[in-house]
Amino acid sequence: MEFEAVIGLEVHCQLKTKSKIFCSCSTDFGAPPNTHVCPICLGMPGVLPVLNKKVLEYALKLSLATNCSINNRNIFARKHYFYPDLPKGYQISQFDLPIAEHGWIEIEKQDGTKKRIGITRIHMEEDAGKLIHDDKRPLSYVDLNRTGTPLLEIVSEPEISAPEEAGEYLKVLRELVRYLEISDGNMEEGSLRCDANISIRKRGDTELGTKTELKNMNSFRHVQKALEYEIRRQTALMLDGQKIVQETRLWDEAKGITLPMRGKEEAHDYRYFPDPDLIPVEISAEWIDDIKNGLIELPAQKRERFKAQYGLPYEDIRSLTASRALADFFEECVKKFNNPKKVANWIMVELMKLLKQDALDIAQCKIQPQHLAELLLLIDEGKISGKIAKDILEKTYATGRPPTDIVNEEGLLQVSDDDTLYSVCKEVATENPKEVDKFRAGKKKVIGFLVGQVMKKTKGKANPKRVNEILIELIG
Amino acid sequence: MKITKEEVSHIASLSRLSFEPEELDVISLQLNDILIYIEKLNGLDTSGVEPVTHAHDLVNAFRDDEVKEWLSNDEAMDNAPQSDNGQFKVPRII
Repeated sequence: MEFEAVIGLEVHCQLKTKSKIFCSCSTDFGAPPNTHVCPICLGMPGVLPVLNKKVLEYALKLSLATNCSINNRNIFARKHYFYPDLPKGYQISQFDLPIAEHGWIEIEKQDGTKKRIGITRIHMEEDAGKLIHDDKRPLSYVDLNRTGTPLLEIVSEPEISAPEEAGEYLKVLRELVRYLEISDGNMEEGSLRCDANISIRKRGDTELGTKTELKNMNSFRHVQKALEYEIRRQTALMLDGQKIVQETRLWDEAKGITLPMRGKEEAHDYRYFPDPDLIPVEISAEWIDDIKNGLIELPAQKRERFKAQYGLPYEDIRSLTASRALADFFEECVKKFNNPKKVANWIMVELMKLLKQDALDIAQCKIQPQHLAELLLLIDEGKISGKIAKDILEKTYATGRPPTDIVNEEGLLQVSDDDTLYSVCKEVATENPKEVDKFRAGKKKVIGFLVGQVMKKTKGKANPKRVNEILIELIG
Repeated sequence: MKITKEEVSHIASLSRLSFEPEELDVISLQLNDILIYIEKLNGLDTSGVEPVTHAHDLVNAFRDDEVKEWLSNDEAMDNAPQSDNGQFKVPRII
């Protein structure tokens, strides 16, 4: 019997506003406990929460970027539960009238085909605080700095049918929030969090099976591994004729399994009702148009344009558009050195290697687009060799000095002067009689070694193409 | 009865409240009376009336995204029955 998985994801995305969603406390991470708090986020009686306008703008941006319909009337609701990370006894969220519904994003499957995953809804809400449990006594310590940090919850339709698709969906979503500059989108640091609903059914069935909810996955890899495990577990139960229990399960990374969440499994009973403290939000068509007009080029559009404008292979385009900053760097560079493929190669190979060593982002890099363009022009004009260019790139990377300055100050200009090259080539030929004989006997590859010797003697400054020609002329 | 004793117990446990059996009887009766009273509203024909969430018709009150300092940690801890190292100390739930 063949089974298929039905997966839906709930993603919480932390917005990078300066202040909290309903009060003016800082959202900075890592401050001493309970120093970014006020009577509003501490849940004191008699306070008045007021919505941060930026949160709404960010929510609208993501709603438009995910092709959602925007509800022009929004209300906030109280979601009740009792837990010490939530001082008011309820979380301010949205229920009946969320900001956006019925959207989709497009993912790319393993086989290269595209698939749309529906977005059920997006809503705004506040984050809860942080609990640290005492490992010896039955006590917990509460830090409410995070309480009131703005979140968007993005709920997908159960249209994801494999763990890899779930991973791809998250990547597309992360790329979107980063392009829009509304969130850091970092799963490891918790600015992007993901819960998954998963059930399996016989392939071809239309009815949904009993689902489990998976939590505690802190990276894309964890999400995929937890889903893979859960598919195996549910399949084994089905084949064994057992029932799947609807429950919340936690991913245990160390053991590589999911386990039922301990503690009383209480049926969700959040007793939602409209929050009387927060007045409704009405979003005019003009406002939506404003946001739409201000929207930057999204990753999918950028990739289409790159294909048409630069004619690069698909893999190159994927790498170059992985972030907005990288794509901008590439385009700036091509403006000054109009050879897209060469620019792409240098960015993806040499520049990425340097950035990777120090785990830096392109935005933190001292190499400017004009530096790389300058360097490629120097190679193109035959003034430096590719090998020297790599050394120069490293120097520019470390110091931010323009390549032309480095070339001039360190005398790195390529030697193309034939008199000098002829004499060095003669020297090399005399010093390496065996290789010369091999070459004459038909082992043409030996020329590479001889060119290498010339390069060594000239400290990499000789023009290798010319050296090649001269050597063949001399010994051929 | 508009509300059963079981429902009252359930809401009590969600609210982290516990009652003696006699108290539960009294509360159930009182809640029942309140619900019967409220139910009079169901006699009105509200078809074609938009649900009202707020009593006034104000919309769109926003703040700018600006940070303001308000409480020190000491002030934040002032009302806490128990605290430790600037954190609220509470009984462990899970």
